[in-house]
Amino acid sequence: MALTDATAFPYGLRVLVVDDDPTWLKILEKMLRKCSYEVTTCGLASVALQILRERRNKFDIVISDVNMPDMDGFKLLELIGLEMDLPVIMMSIDGETSRVMKGVQHGACDYLLKPVRMKELRNIWQHVYRKKMHEVKEIEGNDSCDDLQIFRNGVEGFDERGLFMRADSDTMRKRKDMDKDHADQDSSDGATVKKARVVWSVDLHQKFVNAVNQIGFDKVGPKKILDLMSVPGLTRENVASHLQKYRLYLSRLQKQNEERIMGAARQDFSHKGPSDNLNLRSSFEEQPGNLSNGFQHSSQKIQAQTNIPDPHLDDTKTSVPLKVPDKNGTSVSDAVDPQNITSASPLSGVFSFERMPVNQDRKLSETMILECQSWSGSVPPKQFMQYPKHNHERCDLLGDYSCLPKPDLEHPIAPGHLYAPAPVISMVEGDARNFSDVKPDLIACMKSLSPALTCTVESVSAQLSDSAVTSTNSDQKFSSVEGLSSIKDCDFDQERNQATLLTSEEASIICGTDLTWLHDDLSGYQGVSFSNIGLNSIDLFQCNDTMGALPGLQNNWYDDIELSSETMEIQLLDGGLFA
Amino acid sequence: MEYSNLQQQASSLKKSLFDQGYLDEQFCQIEDLQDEASPNFTEEVVSLFFKNSTRLMAIIEQAMEKNPRDFSRWDVNMQQLKGSCCSIGASRMKNECTSFRNSCGDENAEGCMRSFQNLKREHGVLRQKLESYFQLLRQAGHAVSVTATRPRGM
Repeated sequence: MALTDATAFPYGLRVLVVDDDPTWLKILEKMLRKCSYEVTTCGLASVALQILRERRNKFDIVISDVNMPDMDGFKLLELIGLEMDLPVIMMSIDGETSRVMKGVQHGACDYLLKPVRMKELRNIWQHVYRKKMHEVKEIEGNDSCDDLQIFRNGVEGFDERGLFMRADSDTMRKRKDMDKDHADQDSSDGATVKKARVVWSVDLHQKFVNAVNQIGFDKVGPKKILDLMSVPGLTRENVASHLQKYRLYLSRLQKQNEERIMGAARQDFSHKGPSDNLNLRSSFEEQPGNLSNGFQHSSQKIQAQTNIPDPHLDDTKTSVPLKVPDKNGTSVSDAVDPQNITSASPLSGVFSFERMPVNQDRKLSETMILECQSWSGSVPPKQFMQYPKHNHERCDLLGDYSCLPKPDLEHPIAPGHLYAPAPVISMVEGDARNFSDVKPDLIACMKSLSPALTCTVESVSAQLSDSAVTSTNSDQKFSSVEGLSSIKDCDFDQERNQATLLTSEEASIICGTDLTWLHDDLSGYQGVSFSNIGLNSIDLFQCNDTMGALPGLQNNWYDDIELSSETMEIQLLDGGLFA
Repeated sequence: MEYSNLQQQASSLKKSLFDQGYLDEQFCQIEDLQDEASPNFTEEVVSLFFKNSTRLMAIIEQAMEKNPRDFSRWDVNMQQLKGSCCSIGASRMKNECTSFRNSCGDENAEGCMRSFQNLKREHGVLRQKLESYFQLLRQAGHAVSVTATRPRGM
């Protein structure tokens, strides 16, 4: 395997260089080629974006000059982070601290001063690697075998490119305590894990959801669910982890939605200071928000909102169906046009709003914890946004996904969309798809390193989601990471230690494949302003610090990765690579 | 003898360019990139530079005529040129760019004019010297060892 070949990584790293100066472009290209990287050059930011959108999976890292004629380099940086979740390195002759800081704020994983030296370019692979490690960690943090399974498949995909260490299947399995072989499962398609694991098929998940609903989300507990489900062979651990994921999934839906809107909103604003960015966030309705209202404001708007102005959402025909159905069971918001929703929203697959059964039991209470926050996409801060009671649109979203089109991993439905697939719980609508179906997608996703839109619908009842939200709100704490949603979410949960359930969020696409979505959030939003957006006692800066730039964060996790200790990076770290 | 004479001439021309501050270490970096895959890399880069810098200077000149006292515009344009100078290590030119930008910051149109004139001059001199240099190299069959002519132990 390439992995064991010391010369594999990072050779062949696929770099996109963006600089309006043809002389620099030529020089950088040559330098990068000398590092044995694959280089594509581009003289315009807009062209670069186009290239990235078209060939989403074809790049590992982007290097861009800050001063581009057609677009502010920082804006490009943000866009790339948002849409493609690629690490971006900024360059400039201007090394002034404020500029560098701005770069970091906008999500740059590094800021190089011109003239750039070979040795600096040689090291850029670490940003790619770090990102991968982060993803692995997230996945790793997830107790579910499923995640690892999927991830591993994805990782293996990377192996081919020699860009990533494949986790050793044995060591990975060791971490799992779930070896239940579920009836519906057939995870061995292409899976390297031979051990049986629980596959949360649609049916199983439905049982789960029903049980949760029956119990009441706020009173739910793994044991109770397990008992109610009465599925032979299912363990409490299985249920517990699934429950965590589910909660995370729900929160991610909302967060995703927030981010998407934010991203969209941000398009309308030139780069301003942090506060401005945050303002964008609340501008669901295209009004520069009063951040102080923070989410509450926007959440309300969410309900009304139909179209998010976002140049990048050109394909989005629909508004993000943020509207949460009325608690009393009114059908999904009028604001949301089901037809539209399904067509192109960023949250794409999720949008099977059209048939969401409204859940009567919504107790959406008080607090919707909006994770996505106006972090502008950075890692969800540790704070909670309290929303006024929202109906759980999500409930509806989770209700019926049969109408959802299967997402196309390679071609995101709309550029600029963020989607947070929930890798594990990839309940595919309708048929009892199991992970094996999802895996190939996941692999593709992983390969792409980009927020692929994959949509496996999770048919969770509205009620459940409702309760889920509620309960989450009450605890405001997710145990960690087994999130439904992307592994990244999980990871962050650990970090944040807070509930991440977002309500009134459109259901994100439960994507069994894109494990990197959260990462998108992180990297994409890293740079976004961190000024106080009026969240309840949210100190974004603090949050930002905590989260750090992704790389930093990742490093922390890196140290902790049990998985890594078992498998991954060790080989990489092995001197052999770059002797 | 002719051959090594040409070689020597090329070397000493290059050395003088460094000694007189026309070029800095970045130029060596460029030369280091030259290899079998791109045997004329340095010359190609330099020629690209001059093409680009000529264009940028024309833009700046035009801006100075058509947009008098539009210092921020002038500054932005000059920053581009400065970045370009940086690419091949055109040190003197870069310094003129800096002083031009400083004058912009001071809203000193006179200062800008002066700097720009200096810049044009430096541009012309550097171009001419480098053209000679490459010509010598060509004639010497590119036999001049890059490391041998590297100034100051770079």
